Amino acid sequence: MAALTREETEALIQEVLEVYPEQARKDRAKHLAVNDQSLEKSNKCITSNRKSQPGVMTIRGCAYAGSKGVVWGPIKDMIHISHGPVGCGQYSRAGRRNYYVGTTGINTFGTMNFTSDFQEKDIVFGGDKKLAKIMTEIEELFPLNKGISIQSECPIGLIGDDIEAVAKKANKEINKPVVPVRCEGFRGVSQSLGHHIANDAIRDWVLENRDGDESFATTPYDVAVIGDYNIGGDAWASRTLLEEMGLRVVAQWSGDGTIAEMEKTPKVKLNLIHCYRSMNYIARHMEEKYKIPWIEYNFFGPTKIAESLRKIAALFDETIQAGAEKVIAKYQAEYDAVIAKYKPRLQGKRVMLYVGGLRPRHVIGAYEDLGMEVVGTGYEFGHNDDYDRTIKEMGNATLIYDDVTGYEFEEFVKRVQPDLIGSGIKEKYIFQKMGIPFRQMHSWDYSGPYHGYDGFAIFARDMDMTLNNPCWKQVKVPWKKDESSNVAVAASA
Amino acid sequence: MPSVMLKKNAEDKLVFYVPKKDLEEVAESIEFDSPDKWGGEVLLSDGSKYYFEPLDKQPDFPITLRAKRLDSGE
Repeated sequence: MAALTREETEALIQEVLEVYPEQARKDRAKHLAVNDQSLEKSNKCITSNRKSQPGVMTIRGCAYAGSKGVVWGPIKDMIHISHGPVGCGQYSRAGRRNYYVGTTGINTFGTMNFTSDFQEKDIVFGGDKKLAKIMTEIEELFPLNKGISIQSECPIGLIGDDIEAVAKKANKEINKPVVPVRCEGFRGVSQSLGHHIANDAIRDWVLENRDGDESFATTPYDVAVIGDYNIGGDAWASRTLLEEMGLRVVAQWSGDGTIAEMEKTPKVKLNLIHCYRSMNYIARHMEEKYKIPWIEYNFFGPTKIAESLRKIAALFDETIQAGAEKVIAKYQAEYDAVIAKYKPRLQGKRVMLYVGGLRPRHVIGAYEDLGMEVVGTGYEFGHNDDYDRTIKEMGNATLIYDDVTGYEFEEFVKRVQPDLIGSGIKEKYIFQKMGIPFRQMHSWDYSGPYHGYDGFAIFARDMDMTLNNPCWKQVKVPWKKDESSNVAVAASA
Repeated sequence: MPSVMLKKNAEDKLVFYVPKKDLEEVAESIEFDSPDKWGGEVLLSDGSKYYFEPLDKQPDFPITLRAKRLDSGE
């Protein structure tokens, strides 16, 4: 199917909006746009980070998901207590596949669920005593933990428990960092505020711990990888490239990361931000307080990787710049082979994306390296600054949708007829039943890593095996197939 | 009275960042921008205007300062 023109795309948006009641239509219209590369600022065409409409199917999460699920959860040597009823912790346990090295239950706790399991009496009488008891128990059962974080669920804010006081007391008793995080699910319009709250908690309770302590030997090449959650091993695939070019990665935030790494981050020379949406706050804080510059980088697909490696190297001396060139040259044969193998199979295929706060723009380069085209993209919880950065990455007259509703997404797909959709698990089966190949792009559909050169090879293979899977030809029932294919079946029988 | 985080970008221009508003803009002009006086009215590239109490020396960027909003530029 040919690409839609600007007028057709605009008409499509109007058509989709038609079914809403007037008020909802007016509101949703602000969140849907046709990309115009000539715009410098996204706020001219799209509104983002607003409360979702009641009555529609939104795909967003909550502040607790942003803090426990994204930022704090992957810190492997701390125990993160899901403070409140049992469900929030249990249903978010290990779903993001943040890989780590260690012995679970002994010195790492990433895939375990710790919860205060609130009952009626805890709501009525308060849960502070229970929380204090839990922390003593944790110390007894898991003495090798390096700290505890308290991730608040909704009731904590509603009943007004003073978790900060409990944390301070526990901190004195167990002599390890105890971090209270006020990430109750009702705060904010999406998980995005949870990221911000989590960043602020790190700023207030962790970052200063080693101020004035100069015992950590630094080098001029120290960097921290910030906003890489090691999904399916992403951070490892990124880290090897940085180390090969001569940098020393002091900390990983927060995939496969430790609390000690976080405490040492203020000693680095440069912060490298992958997920801008969830961790730019702490990078900006470190820039102001410790004068550490930060840059955004993108490790999806060889074009963007080379661009990023050179951008990072430009901030260091010649040895690092030579190192970057060496790394790019070293992997060239590898990624050229990947492109040579998969590009002919994927060339010209059209993709629609709808992911969280970073990938809707970051993976575009990787698809383009494979000759594919992204014809629609949008964020669950992106802000204006994310859309600012997206406009230039996307082609003219492509669709952009913010906090898209289930209905809108389906209608867009029916009309645009993409060859592949990349979105979350809640969308996966709907679109597969519509007969459209789908990749779950939050945790890489149980695959990964997708970052770095190693990841690109896996990314290309996964896209090919999804898109060119023979099963898609079997989705249509025989009596709805057109004549020609029936004849073909008869001939081959 | 928003808190504004100010930093210099690679071209040595002042960048305005207001976290709560996701506002990230380059400053077009600053009323006082000399070594012994800094502040006053700041015009952003989107047309909005802010006012900073003049300081008697250049601040050490990046820094967070309180600003007064003068004109939304709409």
